Amino acid sequence: MMPTCQEMTELVTDYLAGDLALGTRLRFQLHLGLCRNCRRYLRQMKASVRATGQLSKLSIPAPMMNELLQRFDNWKSR
Amino acid sequence: MTAQTQLLDDKALLGRLLAGDKQAFVALVQEHHSALVRLARVFVSTQASAEELVQETWMAVLDGLKAFEGRSSLRTWIFRILSNRAKTRAVREGRSVPMSALGEPEGENEPAVDPDRFAKDGHWADPPHSWREEDPEKLALRAEAIGCVERAISAMPASQRAVITLRDVEGVASDEVCEALGLSEANQRVLLHRARARVRSALEAFFDEEKER
Repeated sequence: MMPTCQEMTELVTDYLAGDLALGTRLRFQLHLGLCRNCRRYLRQMKASVRATGQLSKLSIPAPMMNELLQRFDNWKSR
Repeated sequence: MTAQTQLLDDKALLGRLLAGDKQAFVALVQEHHSALVRLARVFVSTQASAEELVQETWMAVLDGLKAFEGRSSLRTWIFRILSNRAKTRAVREGRSVPMSALGEPEGENEPAVDPDRFAKDGHWADPPHSWREEDPEKLALRAEAIGCVERAISAMPASQRAVITLRDVEGVASDEVCEALGLSEANQRVLLHRARARVRSALEAFFDEEKER
């Protein structure tokens, strides 16, 4: 049996990870082929994951780095 | 990982650190600072205490470096030191330990999408709303959307937040995340799934609001 739309939304993470068993993956893809709403859901999910990867890198404040380097020197000379 | 340190495998890096190579230490700290501070923020409420926790972590890393046996990657070992210290600190301060729930994913029965949006037969009644920007590459360029993702992550239960931070923000592989946070593969997967669904739903609300403006 093909998954329902609601079931599709629960399978999507495993689908993206390539973790679905072959039969389930084929039924998932069949459903996708027939359902534009689920295609949109999948597209939005991919876009969400991509956007999450865009959060800016925090850089280390200079005073903190200096403090750490001092500790490193102390550690070295122990 | 930065290209600079990617070239260094753990063993080579470890050798340089133990030899007191300052540059190797700077590279290591810079490479992991962002992930460590983001992870620390899961456990403590302010940026200042997160930085303090990260600083303590580096001290513990130096103290333990000579005994590091390389059973896990250096990065996993550092993440684990941070999460263990955070839990100890929470206990000492008599606070509830947000990560104590890590073993049992919060909201295990939390559906990815509000069940009211489906008809009785499980098909969409209120399908995903269209977004002005659904193309992953273009969405990634919209600063307000990224801000919305950041807020959605801050509002998550600790365990979901820890997992999505390492997996999707920092790009750490699932086995490494399990090891760093002490999670089973199944729990990690559930937590990531719920967390991603929350991000999607926050973005949907964001674009709905934009339509009204």
